[in-house]
Formats: sequence, C-alpha cells, structure tokens
Amino acid sequence: MLAAVLSLGGIGLVAAAALGVAAKKFAVEVDPREAAILEVLPGANCGACGLPGCSGYAKGVVEGKYAPNMCPPGGSDTVEKIAHIMGLEAIASEPRVAVVICQGDNRKASEKFRYLGLEDCNAAQKIADGPKTCPGGCLGLGTCERVCPFGAIEITPDGLAIISREKCTGCEKCVAVCPRQVIRMTPLEATTHVLCNSHDKGPLVRKYCQVGCIGCTLCKKNAPEAYKIEKFLAEVIYEHHDKAADVLEKCPTKCIRDFSTGYPEGSSFPPPTVPVKPIQVD
Amino acid sequence: MNLKTFPGGLHPPDSKQGSAGQAIETCPLPEELIIPMSQHIGAPAAPCVVVGDQVKKGQEIGAAKGFVSVPIHASTSGEVVAVEPRLHPMGKPLPAVVIKPDGEDRWDDSLKGADPSTLSVDELKDRIRAAGIVGMGGATFPAHVKLSPPAEKKIDTLLINGVECEPFLTADHRLMLEESERILDGIDILRKVLGIKRAIIGIEANKPDAIEKLTQEGAARDIAVQALEVKYPQGAEKQLIDAITDREVPSGTLPMEVGVVVQNVGTAAAVSDAIRLGHPLVERVATVTGPGVKTPKNLLVKIGTPLGFMVEQCGGLNGEPAKIIMGGPMMGQTQLSLDIPAIRGTSGLLIFRREDLPKRLEAGPCIRCGRCIGVCPIHLQPTTIAAYARLDMIDETEEYNALDCIECGCCTYTCPATLPLVQSIRHAKGGIMAKKRTI
Repeated sequence: MLAAVLSLGGIGLVAAAALGVAAKKFAVEVDPREAAILEVLPGANCGACGLPGCSGYAKGVVEGKYAPNMCPPGGSDTVEKIAHIMGLEAIASEPRVAVVICQGDNRKASEKFRYLGLEDCNAAQKIADGPKTCPGGCLGLGTCERVCPFGAIEITPDGLAIISREKCTGCEKCVAVCPRQVIRMTPLEATTHVLCNSHDKGPLVRKYCQVGCIGCTLCKKNAPEAYKIEKFLAEVIYEHHDKAADVLEKCPTKCIRDFSTGYPEGSSFPPPTVPVKPIQVD
Repeated sequence: MNLKTFPGGLHPPDSKQGSAGQAIETCPLPEELIIPMSQHIGAPAAPCVVVGDQVKKGQEIGAAKGFVSVPIHASTSGEVVAVEPRLHPMGKPLPAVVIKPDGEDRWDDSLKGADPSTLSVDELKDRIRAAGIVGMGGATFPAHVKLSPPAEKKIDTLLINGVECEPFLTADHRLMLEESERILDGIDILRKVLGIKRAIIGIEANKPDAIEKLTQEGAARDIAVQALEVKYPQGAEKQLIDAITDREVPSGTLPMEVGVVVQNVGTAAAVSDAIRLGHPLVERVATVTGPGVKTPKNLLVKIGTPLGFMVEQCGGLNGEPAKIIMGGPMMGQTQLSLDIPAIRGTSGLLIFRREDLPKRLEAGPCIRCGRCIGVCPIHLQPTTIAAYARLDMIDETEEYNALDCIECGCCTYTCPATLPLVQSIRHAKGGIMAKKRTI
C-alpha cells in the first residue's frame, strides 16, 4: 500500500518537474498583439486578405509583413483598431461593394439551349460557353451565393444573382469564382451602375435581352463626365458617380439602375438606406 | 461462341436496326464545306490558306502545331470563301476554313501513293501524320502519337476496335462489311509500323456477319477476330484491353503501359488510304439516325459537310428536332444547330423529337442505391465523387480517383435520381487539372 502510494507519487513528482522545466525551456513567445488583432478581425476566415485565415493575417501584421488595411470585410473600423494595436497611423481603404452587372434573368434574356445539369455556373459555362445566349450575362446557378461567407448574395426565382449592399464586405470571393466576370467591385458610395456585361452590338443585344445595353450613347451625351462607352457598352466613371443618376430616364432599355431606389426585380432585399454606410474619413 | 468482356457496364437498348441494313451511301457535295481547324485532341491546326485561294481535294489547309496535332486538308476542290470562326461541335465559334466546291472534286496531283513494303517505318509514320489521321471512333487522338511509343515500352499486341458499343451507331459495322479489304490492309501497315505480329479485331456479338467475314478474310493474313459480349462500354479502350488480353491498364497510364496499341477499324481503313493512295483523311462514314430522321442511313461524308445537309440526304427531318447529338447517345455531344459541320470524329448524327426524350424529373437526392457503383467499368464511386464535386471539394475527388473516369455515362444512365453524375465528375476533373497546373 505504502509502496504503491510512494511510487505513484514519485512518478507524479518527477513528471511534474520535467513538465515544469520543459514549459520554461521550450516556451513559445506569443506576441500579445497577435491575439488582440485576432480579436478585432471579423473571424470569417474568408481569405480576402490573400491569406488562408484571420490568424495568418494577424501574425503577418505583427511581424510587419502586412499593412493593417488589408481586411476589406472588417472595414475602416477594423483598420483603425489594428492600427491602434500596432501603434501605426491608419490608412483607411475606400469601402467597396460587389455588384452583379446584369439584369437579364430567365424571363428577360434568352437561352441558347436548355441546361439540365449540375447547379454550378462553372460547370454550366464549360458546356458550349453556358446556356445564356448573352456571352456575359449572369447564369444564375448560385456559385457566388454558395461561396459568399457573409450571406450577402441571393438568387432570384428567375435566376439572377443580387448582392446586398449592406451585407457585402468587399471580400471579392464572388468576383474570383464567377466564370463570366459579371461581378464588379465598385465604390460603396456610388449607387448608380450600368447593369450590363455584353460588348455585343446593339441589334444583337436586343435579340437576346430586353434589358441589355445597346451602346446607344444617350447616357454619355446627357452626362458626358459620368459615362464612357467601350465596345458598345456604357460604364459609369466612378469619380463622377454623383452625376450618373441624372440620366436614368434617358436610357431606352433601362439598363442603368440607381440602387438607392431598390434592387433589380425579384430581389427580396429591402431597398438600401442611403448612404448605406457612413463614410469615414480618417 | 466464346465471348469475352469486362466487369461492370450495362445494356442500353441498342436501337441499331434502323440503319444496320443500309449500305454506305456517298453524300453529295454541299454548297459550302465548313472545315474547322480543331478536329482532334491536341493543338488546333493553323490555317495556311487565305480567302480567294483555289484548293484541290486533299491539299493541306491547316498546318499542325506541335507533335500532338495533325494537319487539316481540303475535303474537295474549290475556292476558299472565308477563314473565320464558325460554330463548332464544341458549341462555340472556332476558327474554320470555308470552301465553296467547284463540283469537280479533283485530288491534289502531288499526292502519291506507295507500296507499304517499300517504305521504312519512319516514312510510314510520317505519311500517317501528314494525312491527318486521328482515332475515328470519336475521340480523335492523333494516330501517329499512339504509334510512337517510347523505346522502353515494349508493344506486343495491336487491338483493332470494331466493337461499336454505342447504341444507334452502325458506321463501323457497315465499314467492316463493305470495306474489309482496306481495314485488313491498314492493320498490316499498322503492324509493320509497330514491328509486331499479334493483331486482334474485337467485335461485339451483335454483328455476327462482320465477325464471320473478318474471321475468314483475316485468317489468311494471321489477323484474329475476338467476339465480345454485347455490353456498353465494351468499345472503351481500357475495357477492350481488359476483355481481350486480360491486362489491366494501371491508373493514370496509357495502354502502351501494358504493351497494347488500340486503333479503330475506321482508322485502319484511313491508314490504308493514306499509304496506298496517298489520300489524306477528308471523308468518313457517319450514321444518320434517330426517330427524328425519315430514313436512317450510313453516309460517306466529306469533312465539313453541314449536319443539316446530311439530314436532307436521309429524307429530311421527321418532325421538330428537340435534341441533336453528334456521336452516340451515351458519349456524344449535344449540338446547338444543324449548321454545324461534320468533323473527323463524327461517327454519327442522332436526332430526337420531344416525344422521344425521357420526361425528365428534377434531379432528386441520391438514394444510396449503389447502381452507379455497380455499373462503373473503372470501379469508381460516382455518387461519392459527384457529391464532393458539387461542394467543390477537389482534393477529395482526387483521392477517389476522379481522374480515372472515362466519362462513359453508365452511372448517369442508370441513376434513378437522374443526377448529373458524369458532368459532376468532369467538373471535378477540370478542377484537379487546374490545381495541377498552378502547383
């Protein structure tokens, strides 16, 4: 009995002493700032910074490898907090949101063929360049919706992706995954966009889509500083976005939309409040 | 009869009766031949003629780019009226040379045939490459590449694929009955190129007339015929090797790994033409069939003939077409329009009306019945790979050997939930290949 108590206790003591020594000798120095930064990051591990996860980014910032403004989902708030922890001056990045530049859902845009395959835009695009006749239109099979870490994307019942301006954090994951490059990053404060991604000539666009840009240049004629036309497709010049909304009525196919008046048809998102997020100036 | 086969596979209704008894007919010249520069696996050819050029039949109009590539030839004599992207069987506009035939169909005089016994192996191979010969079964892999195994791979067997396991198709069957002399001559040439004696023609047991004819005629040349069980995909390269030689091609390797080269019967016939007559591959036999065609036929078509013109030669459309398939129903490609031209891999043209198509239900959830696993000739788990593919879990699909899938379509055919299994696996394969390129 006594022998058992002594021997077991002895083993316990020796092991405890060894562990104590090991803990001192092999201790890993963790910078407390790393934990602090990890605390203020959104924790979605979305990869928008270019690193596999939030902890990798936090470590990199502490090591001085990365700037504090590389987390778009965190926004200017997080940038400021990280800068404060690191004792740096904050350089806020301009908040940006992703916009699907297409309004041609299944009712408004025609199809080359009936697609009955895997519900995935990348898989569908591999078959004869996708079922939509328009080479740039949204396929609406929801690949972007599934990849969004913030639940900011919905697919309307008629098959069009719509991105919430409130929920989007600008991580660009959807931009990377879209096979048709129909999602663009735009400044959050710009609410007027040309929602068309087809560079085809007007008569051809009219054949396959009711709401496509036909390159008529009326928008550019009426607001020359706010629009440019490139290969039969109008685009907002975002430096002068404030003037872009003036010509909404002029557009014959109504492919220019001011999001402050609501999302495209079929969306369940409530119209965004304006301004959507307070614009912070540091 | 002693029938051989492979494990797995299934028996779709073979539906060959419509065209099996129809002798090969020569399709007349259309008003315009659209000859795509990409008709084979590998780098597309580069157009080497310009608008306004007069070309002769068999003249090179597209030059091969690289080793795994073949030249493209004019299918008839006439004038080049356009060199521009045209709708391709792949479903998108791709570079093509458009020829307006002059009606004379004159061969290029510089093309000279030769007696194969007077040519060296390298000369033979070079002529096969220059004639643009590709696998005529539909995969269109350049023949000269298959005939050039590295020195360390010892080839001992040449298998000639006369299986034609795809339902509806009868082009190879008719070719074996009507052009057996050219096929056997081509086999002789291929044996000489490979430096081997052993050649076996594999034919499914549903073509007893072809088996009998080739057995008799082949005996004199020491070419054997092996009758095979009627089962899809018996004509798939690796399944054919398994059935006839009992050798399994290891994962991720080519048939040469087990000492075998496989060529289609149509390829053998084309090889004979290329050597004896000097004629490049400018025409092929294609079966035009399906309930949407009035009189199904086997047509000898010039490469570049629009599909619609081929249908006209078969009495025209029988009702409104709802699905147009180039190739067989299991592995063929659905086409967007009848303006698309026939290419070197066009073994068939199938037209279905809406009432002939299954009333497809929405793809349902997998019920774990395991039928796809039972029929997979590669012994993969299609449902598991497809489930991972849907979630974009590419590493997991690779672990389940998605790359070994031959896309035969057995799993999709048998799936009671009508899941797009092959497409999902193909999606995964694309992801794996993309990942390998970036690493």
